[in-house]
Amino acid sequence: MAKNIAALAAGLLFGLGLVISGMINPQKVLNFLNFAGAWDGSLALVMAGALLTLGTLQRFILRRPTPLLETKFYLPTSKIIDAPLLMGAMLFGLGWGLAGLCPGPAMAGLSFGLTENIVFVIAMLAGMWFFQVFHDKK
Amino acid sequence: MTTFTPYSALFGGFLIGLAAAMLLFFNGRIAGVSGITSGAFPPWQRDGLWRLCFLAGLIIMPAIYQSTGAKIELHIQTSIPVLILAGLLVGYGTRLGNGCTSGHGVCGLSRLSVRSLAATLTFMATAALTVYLTRHVFGMGA
Repeated sequence: MAKNIAALAAGLLFGLGLVISGMINPQKVLNFLNFAGAWDGSLALVMAGALLTLGTLQRFILRRPTPLLETKFYLPTSKIIDAPLLMGAMLFGLGWGLAGLCPGPAMAGLSFGLTENIVFVIAMLAGMWFFQVFHDKK
Repeated sequence: MTTFTPYSALFGGFLIGLAAAMLLFFNGRIAGVSGITSGAFPPWQRDGLWRLCFLAGLIIMPAIYQSTGAKIELHIQTSIPVLILAGLLVGYGTRLGNGCTSGHGVCGLSRLSVRSLAATLTFMATAALTVYLTRHVFGMGA
């Protein structure tokens, strides 16, 4: 129960960050990616703020033997840079560039119930499902 | 048209970093939204309710924020067929590449993961190239 409340609180805070930074708006994200147009560098500062904060706090958090409510830290173990990683990042980048929506803002934006947003999220879940069915099973 | 908003961007980024630190401190989990989302729904549900709780917080916060009278700018000008294609690519690509802007771009980079750096540079470059091609070469809006 405590774990779920902590996750809810983290989700709320994450959502607030997306709202305040303006990253919930795909136009702002697209304008960051639009280097040859009316460039809006805000996204770079969002990343910088997040990296400095998490990078600093993480040093102290990971010194603990375990998280507060779990028996271990679930950190990614893979260190290899392989074809699936780069291919996946390219496909994701293509989709991100087409719509300006990545998973965080797409989920947070569901708050407003825009048809376009809902369609995107359903397609995104379908894409995840395709991966699970056609790729992961091999 | 949007304008450069350095202070709110930095502060919003600080909150996102704080949220990711919280999830790590309490639950030992990485705040990667694509991973959390893909693990949240049947038939792939792996470990319970915390994923749905995180997503619930993410989804209700903008509504709470707006209920205070503050206005949130959110415009999607992409056509429905392109949104469907983009959604499929984002969903499939983030699973194949094991992460998105939050998982690789924020959590991975903050751990100085070279794998996440490679992924982040790749999706940033691909996305920027896609915007360049669609807006400036094929002229779909400025």
